[in-house]
Amino acid sequence: MSHTRTVVLVLVGFFVFWEVAVWATSAPSFILPAPSAVALEIASDPVWYARHAAYTVGACLLGFFFALVLGVLAAIGIVYSRVLESTLYTLLVSLNSIPKIALAPLFIIWMGTNLSSKVAISMLIALFSIVIDTVLGLRSVDPDVLDMTKSMRARPLQVLWKIRFPSALPAMFAGMKVAISLALVGAIAGEFVASQVGLGYVILTAQGMFQIPRVFAAIVLLGILGTILFYLVGIAERILVPWHVSQRGGNVGAVHGA
Amino acid sequence: MVQAEITARSISGTAGLAHVGISALDKDYRSPKGVVVNALRQIDLTIGRGEFVSVVGPSGCGKSTLLKCIAGIADVTGGRIDVDGKPVVEPPEGMAIVFQRDILLDWRNVIDNIMLPIEFHRLPRGPALARARDLLALIGLAGYESRQPWELSGGQRQRVAICRALIQDPALLLMDEPFGALDALTRDELNLELQRLWLQTRKTVLFITHSISEAVFLSDRVVVMAANPGRIVETIAIDLPRPRTLDARETPVFGRSTSRIRRLFEGMGFLKDSR
Repeated sequence: MSHTRTVVLVLVGFFVFWEVAVWATSAPSFILPAPSAVALEIASDPVWYARHAAYTVGACLLGFFFALVLGVLAAIGIVYSRVLESTLYTLLVSLNSIPKIALAPLFIIWMGTNLSSKVAISMLIALFSIVIDTVLGLRSVDPDVLDMTKSMRARPLQVLWKIRFPSALPAMFAGMKVAISLALVGAIAGEFVASQVGLGYVILTAQGMFQIPRVFAAIVLLGILGTILFYLVGIAERILVPWHVSQRGGNVGAVHGA
Repeated sequence: MVQAEITARSISGTAGLAHVGISALDKDYRSPKGVVVNALRQIDLTIGRGEFVSVVGPSGCGKSTLLKCIAGIADVTGGRIDVDGKPVVEPPEGMAIVFQRDILLDWRNVIDNIMLPIEFHRLPRGPALARARDLLALIGLAGYESRQPWELSGGQRQRVAICRALIQDPALLLMDEPFGALDALTRDELNLELQRLWLQTRKTVLFITHSISEAVFLSDRVVVMAANPGRIVETIAIDLPRPRTLDARETPVFGRSTSRIRRLFEGMGFLKDSR
């Protein structure tokens, strides 16, 4: 696992550089706290941080899950129906040009300040990349393969399940890797607008009280959690798509050929 | 003795029992620029049961289109095609195709690729599995059942594709330049194996190829096509005893057949010597 070693080395190097830079420039901790100060801040009340992190990750995962289910269903509909393609797909593509974060305040008004509004924003932000990549994947089936299934007199549902879906999986995972990061952005955006819990709430309140080490603690935690979530999608990809060129003998999340 | 039996069978096979009947077949399509192209014009061809017929012709003569029309995966513009006496409106039963590319599914191992048509038709897995293993053994890939497609060579992949076509024991086998992407040695090898398979099973085979010698080596009859519009120029019976060995390619009969086809190509403006 030389890839894992590279990742660890790069991260350790980054934090060491940060620590040394803060010491060397003697930057005040309300501008840029040293990583050691951030670590101490987290260690001062890990349970409190864990509670907020769990809320944010929960919103993100739920949002991602709903985006995945709705996105794949929508993509199947778009690929198989001319009507849905010219209505739903056109609508989705034009809606995608709106910065979804701008819709966050609306969802707070519609759904309240509880978890459901964060999940909804998170889902909305994650949805597009899943729909677009799944549509792309389902469509880019080898035409010869489709001729073959036709000659074998396969039923449309069989073609979807046994041919289109497996050959779309690599593209779908590309979409999911983007979506999982966006889902986290959505959860934080929802918390920024209105919340009493979550890492977004921690950042907002700590900023108001000038507790910069706490802001950094939340940001570092978000970085770690985002990376873990991304790698989890990569692991799922390795399990489900071991046959794809990008996965043969490669590493989790790594983008290189075999 | 085997020889006599085979000759007797092929004579009775071609007598009257047409497996594929094509009459006055026209196929036009509109190019992206809106121009109507005559892919096929007035094709008449009868293929007897158990007969091995090859189609040779230059690129763009519509030979692959002809195969797709017989397979029921392309619409025809005019004329008619009958398989087993029934007009082709959809892919007929008892027909299988071997494509130029093996198009194995990367997410399935060898045996599951062969089993694909069985799954589509929801047939019992057990007997088909046994048959798939027999086919693999027959084609020289015993023990390759759980290999992944990407672990195989081009020739091995195409052998698996042939097994997939044969799993349901089709009476009619359509082969669209199946060995076109293989090196010469592998191609010779697969030609011999295909002949052996055909002698054992006596399926009706329509074989599309670019190679004159491949067509002559394998076929009872070779159909020569020309392009613009795609049409049949001549049909040549190959009077060579079977089983044919690769040495048969050096016999005078073989030479006469190939040079006759080459003349036809030269008449179309192909293969002209530059001197």
